[in-house]
Amino acid sequence: MSTVVFARHQVTATERFRDAGWVAFVALILGIPLIGLTTVDGGGALEVETRFGVLAIFVVVSFVGRLGLRWLIDTMGARKLERLRDDSNKSAGISPVKVVNILGWIALGASIALPIMYSDNRYVVDTATTVLIYVMLGWGLNVVVGLAGLLDLGYVAFYAVGAYSYALLSTQYGWGFWEALPVSGGLAATFGILLGYPILRLRGDYLAIVTLGFGEIIRIILVNWTEFSNGPNGISSIPRPSLFGLDFTRSPAEGEQTFASFFGIEYSPMHRLIFLYYLILVLALLTHAFVSRLRKLPIGRAWEALREDEIACQAMGMNTTNIKLSAFAIGAMLGGFAGMFFAARQGFISPESFTFTESAIILAIVVLGGMGSQMGVVLAATLLVLIPEFGRNFSEYRMLLFGAAMVLIMVWKPSGLLSHREPTLRLSRGGAAINDAVKEAAQ
Amino acid sequence: MAYALQQLINGLTLGSMYGLIAIGYTMVYGIIGMINFAHGDIFMVSAFIAVTAFTLLAAADVSSIPLALTFVLIVSIFFTSAYGWAVERIAYRPLRGSTRLAPLISAIGMSIFLQNTVQLTQGARVKPIPPVIEGGFEVWSTPDFTVQVGWSQLLIIVITVIMMFAFTWLITQTPFGRQQRSCEQDRTMASLLGINVDRTISFTFMLGASLAAVAGVMVTVYYGVIDFYIGFLAGIKAFTAAVLGGIGSLPGAMLGGLLIGLIESFWSAYLWAEYKDVATFAILCLVLMLRPSGLLGRPEVEKV
Repeated sequence: MSTVVFARHQVTATERFRDAGWVAFVALILGIPLIGLTTVDGGGALEVETRFGVLAIFVVVSFVGRLGLRWLIDTMGARKLERLRDDSNKSAGISPVKVVNILGWIALGASIALPIMYSDNRYVVDTATTVLIYVMLGWGLNVVVGLAGLLDLGYVAFYAVGAYSYALLSTQYGWGFWEALPVSGGLAATFGILLGYPILRLRGDYLAIVTLGFGEIIRIILVNWTEFSNGPNGISSIPRPSLFGLDFTRSPAEGEQTFASFFGIEYSPMHRLIFLYYLILVLALLTHAFVSRLRKLPIGRAWEALREDEIACQAMGMNTTNIKLSAFAIGAMLGGFAGMFFAARQGFISPESFTFTESAIILAIVVLGGMGSQMGVVLAATLLVLIPEFGRNFSEYRMLLFGAAMVLIMVWKPSGLLSHREPTLRLSRGGAAINDAVKEAAQ
Repeated sequence: MAYALQQLINGLTLGSMYGLIAIGYTMVYGIIGMINFAHGDIFMVSAFIAVTAFTLLAAADVSSIPLALTFVLIVSIFFTSAYGWAVERIAYRPLRGSTRLAPLISAIGMSIFLQNTVQLTQGARVKPIPPVIEGGFEVWSTPDFTVQVGWSQLLIIVITVIMMFAFTWLITQTPFGRQQRSCEQDRTMASLLGINVDRTISFTFMLGASLAAVAGVMVTVYYGVIDFYIGFLAGIKAFTAAVLGGIGSLPGAMLGGLLIGLIESFWSAYLWAEYKDVATFAILCLVLMLRPSGLLGRPEVEKV
């Protein structure tokens, strides 16, 4: 017989101040070389400049910040204990899965309504389109990382393959968006298999570094193989997608109609933006439907089984080679579609857009969202796109904020924002009944 | 032949620096099993500290090179290891024991954060410093080509060898090394035997950062110009080196570093310089396909 005693060490003010003092001391040491001192170009040679005022502010802010943070953590912890003590037996109300489902429907409604509500606000529609591109990329990578458990740090390579294949097909051979769509996806999937095949034996972090290398190889080739990809200058004037042959231009081409003239409305550049927004929304929703269906098929089950235990999979006679390759191929294909849309939307692409940072952001979206959680990806993509946008007013700090947010969210919620990991398959009632029968028989 | 010898020397110099950074990766991986993505940026921070220190010395009219180098090394090691410690404390320690990917993402975030901090506080432009060590000596002279070894190259190789000896001694002979190795084998057991695991991990990070600091000072001396972006590529190369040699193995990291350095300089000299990074990664893939646990790594034994 044992009882759990909830007790907490009462922190005294001296302890708090000593703790904050330590933090301030560390902040001072860290601050001296980077904040306190800097080198500036003083006519040919570098000169050292001091900024002790800024350093002092930094140290004081660290001290106060630490005091506040400590206090916050302690109060929150105490409150949590209080709650634990009060209701160890109360049920939780609505299950979190339901909440997420409802949230999903709300998000869907909002995303359909958004361009109607903001039909004259270019910035909002543009940003929302960017969010959706990342959502789609996140869902694609989720297949590889979240479901199959293969750590891919070079996902941007497939994004680049999709983008470049559309750009080249359309500018060199005059292909339209819709004809090129399956080809780009297919090419990206082929690259996925090409990458996947040689590295099937690798696991974990070895896989990570090889995929990272692969991503860099693709980028370096795009930069250097000028005849093929036009090098660092990129490819410009990529044709925009059309709606069943209706262009979104001001004046129609010979013998054709534009969107505006067909429907007899006044031309507005917003039409195209809104069309692009709905296009990516549809693509993303199709991706979502596709992936959710796949999860229920044997292949989806196999991915999740592989993620949980590869050896057990092999012991059960599953073909791990095919399972891994299919995850790579499908993830790559979805990335390729997103890349293609990206090229069509920007009208210009260059290797600049496909750096490792991009891969890192996509991976961050998957992990921050909670691995394998589709709604989590939406949430994380929205956050990660909007954080730098909010920082636009003080634009130098954008990426700084971004990096800090990544660390803070991870430390705050290590398993992701929505980390509800339900087994997709569980024993049915029949199974439970059999269990009971077995128990009864044993008695 | 002479040309090849020159490439060998250049490759060894480059490889020593990669090797020193790679040790930081490999040690951290060995002890807590995570890729410390911010390590390349720690190296970059150390290079900036070195530039500031050299500039300060120039302003103070210190002309003795050995004195200046010692001072810069000490300053850089001190501050950089503080950074290594702080990064571990802030971004990794709270995540110990959670999923394997969480610290990786946090490390990528830290790397972005450090890069931008340096860009903001030190400026985005490249930092040139006047050459610290000039000249060299001729090793071999043929009618077509003269093989030269710069004093700075010699210095880098010598310091790397010294660091390797000191480091091997530290890991194999001292109480700290014993604690470090025991934590690597089994953290729970080590803590049961009264080893302060937290402190050992912190020390490991500081040690890795100090080796990166040595590499940072060398890069500053060797190239004489740095910017806030050097950490990324150097970090990736060094991590590749660590994986190539077998991650978790210290001699492997040095070997991998030297190999990557040699591959890079020979590839740039004889083939296409612009594709030297492709060569590095392609060879990494090849080695991993044939030996999935790296050149000197132990194959992982999986228990069911």
